[in-house]
Amino acid sequence: MLEHDVLVIGAGLAGMRAAIAARAGGATTAIISKVHPVRSHSNAAQGGINAALTDRGDEWEDHAYDTVKGSDYLGDQDAIEVMCKAAGQALIDMEHFGVTFNRDDEGRLGTRAFGGQRRARTFFVGDFTGQALLHVMFEQLIKSGVRRYEEWFVSSLIIEDGQVCGVMALEVRTGQVYAIRAKTVIFCTGGFGRVFEPSTNALICTGDGTALAYNAGAELMDMEMVQYHPTTLAGSGVLISEAARGEGAYLLDKDGNRFMEKYAPNMMELASRDVVSRAEQTEINAGNGVDGCVYLDCRHLGEALIMEKLSQIREIGIDLVGCDMIKEPIPIRPGMHYAMGGIRTNVDGQTNLPGVYAAGECACVSVHGGNRLGANSLLDTIVFGERSGNHAAEASRSVDYIEFNVDQAVSNEEKRIQAFLDRPQNGDRIASVRLGMGESMNRNLAVYRNEEGMKKTLVELKELEKRYETVPIENKGKVFNTDLIFGLELGFMLDCATPIAMSALDRQDSRGAQARTDYPNRDDENWMKHLVIKKGDSGPELSYAPVSITQWTPEERKY
Amino acid sequence: MDVKLRVQRFDPEAADPKPYWEDFTATIEDNGTVLDALIKVREDTDGTFSLRCSCRSSICGSCAMRINGHAGLACKSQAKDMMIDGVITVEPAGNMPVVKDLVVNFDTFWDKIMAVEPYLKPEGPEPEAEYIASNEAMLHLSDVTSCIMCGACFSDCTVLEVDPSFLGPAALAKAYRFTADPRDGDENGVSKDRLEELTKPSGMWDCTRCMECVQACPKGVAPMDRIMALRDQAIEAGFHNTNGARHTEAFSESVQHSGWLDELRLVPKSLGMTNVSALVGYAPIAIQAITHGKMPPIIHKKIPDSKNVGKIFDKVEGPKKR
Ligand SMILES: Cc1cc2nc3c(=O)[nH]c(=O)nc-3n(C[C@H](O)[C@H](O)[C@H](O)COP(=O)(O)OP(=O)(O)OC[C@H]3O[C@@H](n4cnc5c(N)ncnc54)[C@H](O)[C@@H]3O)c2cc1C
Ligand code: SF4
Ligand code: SF4
Ligand code: FES
Repeated sequence: MLEHDVLVIGAGLAGMRAAIAARAGGATTAIISKVHPVRSHSNAAQGGINAALTDRGDEWEDHAYDTVKGSDYLGDQDAIEVMCKAAGQALIDMEHFGVTFNRDDEGRLGTRAFGGQRRARTFFVGDFTGQALLHVMFEQLIKSGVRRYEEWFVSSLIIEDGQVCGVMALEVRTGQVYAIRAKTVIFCTGGFGRVFEPSTNALICTGDGTALAYNAGAELMDMEMVQYHPTTLAGSGVLISEAARGEGAYLLDKDGNRFMEKYAPNMMELASRDVVSRAEQTEINAGNGVDGCVYLDCRHLGEALIMEKLSQIREIGIDLVGCDMIKEPIPIRPGMHYAMGGIRTNVDGQTNLPGVYAAGECACVSVHGGNRLGANSLLDTIVFGERSGNHAAEASRSVDYIEFNVDQAVSNEEKRIQAFLDRPQNGDRIASVRLGMGESMNRNLAVYRNEEGMKKTLVELKELEKRYETVPIENKGKVFNTDLIFGLELGFMLDCATPIAMSALDRQDSRGAQARTDYPNRDDENWMKHLVIKKGDSGPELSYAPVSITQWTPEERKY
Repeated sequence: MDVKLRVQRFDPEAADPKPYWEDFTATIEDNGTVLDALIKVREDTDGTFSLRCSCRSSICGSCAMRINGHAGLACKSQAKDMMIDGVITVEPAGNMPVVKDLVVNFDTFWDKIMAVEPYLKPEGPEPEAEYIASNEAMLHLSDVTSCIMCGACFSDCTVLEVDPSFLGPAALAKAYRFTADPRDGDENGVSKDRLEELTKPSGMWDCTRCMECVQACPKGVAPMDRIMALRDQAIEAGFHNTNGARHTEAFSESVQHSGWLDELRLVPKSLGMTNVSALVGYAPIAIQAITHGKMPPIIHKKIPDSKNVGKIFDKVEGPKKR
């Protein structure tokens, strides 16, 4: 029998940090990931990680204020305080683990400027900070003695009398189904970016954990808050990091004007992301773009700086759109990037389900509220990953494993999967259903939203769910059946899509990432509250939760 | 743009599991990548076709494969640049067993990474704040830590092809990432134990400097250069007593002294003058060389102006302890 005190699902930064903490806390710990840990999406983070270091004259309160303001006053201030206070130590821990952060002239950690913050507090490794952190975290995971299930796909949860007591997983290489028993489960499964098409997210970001938890009765929160990043490539949707603007790049319209003057005269290109994305979209809609894009201009930064600090994104531009940012401006546009919402947790990662935790992008604490600041997400993963790991290790000490019929569980899951594989061909394809979903979401739940569009998407989602019930799997084999995995992932994505669209339709104001043309203003009186969505007997049920305010009263946002 | 692909397939569950070739055509954007074309095939044409991929932006390390015979990332290769006579040939990465189609088994790759104890091992007390280190030292390391563990170098390494016990380019580059880190090892940043381990057989001295890994690497890690730097570090740290180290020292000593290579003395010097059993092992080769008229001259004369060669050495190494 495979069993562990703490089972972490997902081996990105949040998951590995949680597992290392749980192991250090004395719990027998395992981590399971559908791809090898270093292939996790955390490695795509380019720009950096925020922390206010007091020995630089920075204060955590300043960082917290910027985060609260960036969240458009939807972030929970008690949680933001926890994160910003812990940031300094979390960052130093990563340095001690071996991360090769860029340094300043005195050999101390160097910083760069990032959007929505009044001072430079973003620490970085060139423009591949996420990859550098992820690989070092994996080194520490190896050292920690945590059991690793690499390339194992969690397909469902095992629930006994309403209690989660383990997971069912598919070993991708053999197609074998296993039950893994656990006292506590921590979801660290990352974002749901692929619900939208295009997206900056990797192909594996399919909201699996969010859907699994939701279907088991967990509450989701802030699901309407989907961040569109200002600088993504047309076509593939791949990201060009905010680090470019942090280092001083300009945004230009088709005539070469720095249009941000009109929208954020003080912060210009470094206003918060929702503000910049809206500005771009407004310009593009007004006909001031070229082929649906505006330009990101780095030429004045000079070759030396670009090669030292932005070399990887330069390569991306060359590889994917044939454009060298040393020599020419790159066409970019706002693109789906990050899920502020997710599985609702407290500051220790606990959800409303006993023994079930969540951390990282799949969770909603909520520290990002309506809009996440650049470089706050990596921080979120390691701070709340560690806290969940600590708490779960402690909690698992005082509980026993729940008994369940393992053979029965395995055989049920095998039958479910076999039934999926046995579906007759009907001419439909997984990829076509997915594209239908992604394009509908991107049409109606992007930078600007309105009631009519969102209702349309909800209708389209219903039709797509119908198609999903009969869509066939072409590959009938067991070994590395990626076709089957995509089929299962598509189900998870559809489970996420409806809560996103429903929450967005319900919120009748414009706040953070949600900009409604039919409700263009922020309405604090009625809508300064979280939307919580839960699976009821007859479908999703919406309710509201108050926002925690500690020391910063809401005011109008100006950048 | 239409892209013609010639793909090596393999289905372990087939009645008679054998690799075979299959041709596909995929329509992609003009500046699309080989990966875009392969994904199109999988999504629109043949759902049974398996490959690993995720980020589409050369950072997750999933999509290394052989494209037209050379390892690289499919998502970093523009399709239009890869066509040879209108076709792109795609095979799984080499030096690893194929699981299915383009998916290979990375177990041995990771075993070798694990073998170098791939985590920082500082020996002194930890500072309260960050370690103080120069930006140059960190930038130098970052060039190596930008390795995404894609296995392209491993796929094309010519030594691994004949000697699977070789640690290989990625693991050795990873090892260098620690031996060159001022935070690893003793208070002077000397990771002596690591270097000693790496000088053993199958380690740093087994690389033949064929350059394949440098060419294959999509991230500019240049594993071979790191291996050469490891060798310098090992000799510096006092590990002269290995075949490889002796070979290097004998080689440079000869060139420095006479301006050219004294082949006759290179072998015994590399193996160790007192290593009788190994020397006897080389006797048949020596005899063959003599009978084929390939005997190096017994008296090794200096070339004219050999002292200029010595000056080059002085310039590079400083007029030192000779
Ligand atoms: C292009 C890009 C750039 C970014 N840049 C920055 C930045 O500069 N700074 C910043 O702070 N943030 C940045 N972000 C955001 C940040 O990178 C992510 O939010 C964060 O890394 C998420 O980490 P995670 O640990 O929550 O999830 P991930 O790293 O996505 O890991 C998810 C894990 O879950 C596993 N998993 C998922 N489903 C299953 C399943 N069914 N079974 C088993 N395992 C499963 C996966 O295998 C994976 O290991 C960026 C994001 C993107 C897309
Ligand atoms: S240079 Fe050395 S490590 Fe690199 S491929 Fe050749 S033999 Fe292998
Ligand atoms: S050294 Fe280069 S080729 Fe080898 S695994 Fe690392 S990134 Fe890939
Ligand atoms: S898909 Fe990630 S490296 Fe190619």
